Amino acid sequence: MAGSLEQETVKFVAMTGNEAVAEAMRQINPDVVAAYPITPQTEIVQIFSTFVADGLVKTEFVTVESEHSAMSATIGAAAAGARAMTATSSQGFALMWEMLYIAAGLRLPIVMPVVNRALSSPINIHCDHSDTMGARDSGWIQIFSENAQEAYDNLIQAVRIAESRDVLLPAMVCMDGFIVSHGMESVKLLMDEEVRGFIGEYEPAYSLLDVDHPITVGALDFADWYFEHKRQEAAAEAPVAEVVLKVGEEYGKLTGRSYGLFEAYRLDDAEVAVVALGSTAGTAKAVVDELRQKGVRAGLLKIRLYRPFPKDAIVRALSGVKAIAVLDRSDTFSTMGGPVFIDIKASMYDLMHGEHGEHGEHDAHGAQDAREARDMQGPRIVNYIYGLGGRDIDLEQIRKVYERLQAIVATGETGEPVSYLGVRE
Amino acid sequence: MNTGEKDWDKKGWKDVPIAGLITEPGTARRYKTGEWRTHRPVWDPEKCINCLLCWIYCPDSAIQVKDGKVVGIDLEHCKGCGICAHECPSKVRAINMVLESEAEAEDGEKVKEETMREGEEGEKERKEERKGEGGNEK
Ligand code: SF4
Ligand code: SF4
Repeated sequence: MAGSLEQETVKFVAMTGNEAVAEAMRQINPDVVAAYPITPQTEIVQIFSTFVADGLVKTEFVTVESEHSAMSATIGAAAAGARAMTATSSQGFALMWEMLYIAAGLRLPIVMPVVNRALSSPINIHCDHSDTMGARDSGWIQIFSENAQEAYDNLIQAVRIAESRDVLLPAMVCMDGFIVSHGMESVKLLMDEEVRGFIGEYEPAYSLLDVDHPITVGALDFADWYFEHKRQEAAAEAPVAEVVLKVGEEYGKLTGRSYGLFEAYRLDDAEVAVVALGSTAGTAKAVVDELRQKGVRAGLLKIRLYRPFPKDAIVRALSGVKAIAVLDRSDTFSTMGGPVFIDIKASMYDLMHGEHGEHGEHDAHGAQDAREARDMQGPRIVNYIYGLGGRDIDLEQIRKVYERLQAIVATGETGEPVSYLGVRE
Repeated sequence: MNTGEKDWDKKGWKDVPIAGLITEPGTARRYKTGEWRTHRPVWDPEKCINCLLCWIYCPDSAIQVKDGKVVGIDLEHCKGCGICAHECPSKVRAINMVLESEAEAEDGEKVKEETMREGEEGEKERKEERKGEGGNEK
């Protein structure tokens, strides 16, 4: 399992998500990995440590005493000019919290696989997205993966995206705990040289070890400068989507698997659509296929780049849909529904109120007409929170979601905006 | 804290180095941390025996020494912690901590003259630096 796959011909293998991610890390061959084990991420670090022990990577592997230290050491290494990585899950991720913001603020292109797992309390080791969703405002790029193949592909692309000179932000690649991390799938691997060629040599934007250009990192920054620096960080988020597209396209040329900001599955003429991320998207696709056979115009939008949120492209993709259900594998505990639901609704506001598009040319009267027309057309959006703590989501549950969407279209009645799917009443 | 109007002519977010980096060494002396002070050390040259304990202990390198002798206190960087006054030998007590507001109101100019006495070259150098600065380099 953990043996080297450094042969010349291996390309298509059976692997778990964790194994695929560890393999991608071996091929990326980072300068430094500082990590602490936590279920269900443990295997990534354990397998990678065998690569280190066997001399298959040149990585300096730092065994730390906590995830806070893991991220701290990774930040230190990155600030020193190293290509640095770590990996975590759940409580470990939560323990990294303050350092996450520092990694982003220091503009260090750290890449971190995160195996999504529920947060305590109550304690639970299984999948939901509560851990990384909480860090959606941390300044990190967040990319979600549907399966082991995507986790592998996303990790390699994340290096290029994070390190892009237009971006320089840390990136986390998320995959569902156990469902993807421990599920065995067939994964198509790249050759080592292909990965190395694709990611290229790392040229840090700055380095503490560059004695010819001495710098101070992390200096005190008061009311007279802090705002400017944070404004600059916000600006770095803007080009991310474009870089993600460029890298995804280039990756497609290399592998035949190109990637966008999201996957629009049978969405073009869809009347009802589900928005989901992670492994649930795969289950939803099966339901979409089923419904299409019955003549239902069902579609799916699977979010890949969640942060920064590619709202314009998502709005465009969903604007023709009549009823949308957003599936959230975490709750915001705010009475507002799940995080993805809140984002989708906020994005749709512009569409429904004429802020999106060519309305600038209308006179006041025309603008109002256009607004009214759009108000009528705006998709109905409902939210389902599901799968917390690893609760299964199956075809039947998703069928019910589409049935409700069809009923909304037929009756015009939306009903409860936020529901919980698969919980005992 | 420098949040007044004088900040508006500093560099904007598009022009500052990435990540809040300070890309030039030795710029801390341009940052006037002395504005935080609530208590001001007032140094009495008549009492001072030049043991330099204050100079050793000052966490902000604000005790100004020339040729082995204390010549003043850099009030632009002294944060008023009082360590110098504490370390000054109890039989000497050449430094007294005075409320900043009182020091400003009562001694005003006199305190300034005494404590900010600097070598003329040092002062000139500072002025030059400030001129060429064009905003904080951070
Ligand atoms: S009060 Fe503190 S900072 Fe100021 S000169 Fe004395 S020791 Fe230095
Ligand atoms: S500690 Fe007191 S006596 Fe010694 S040098 Fe400083 S002010 Fe003078």
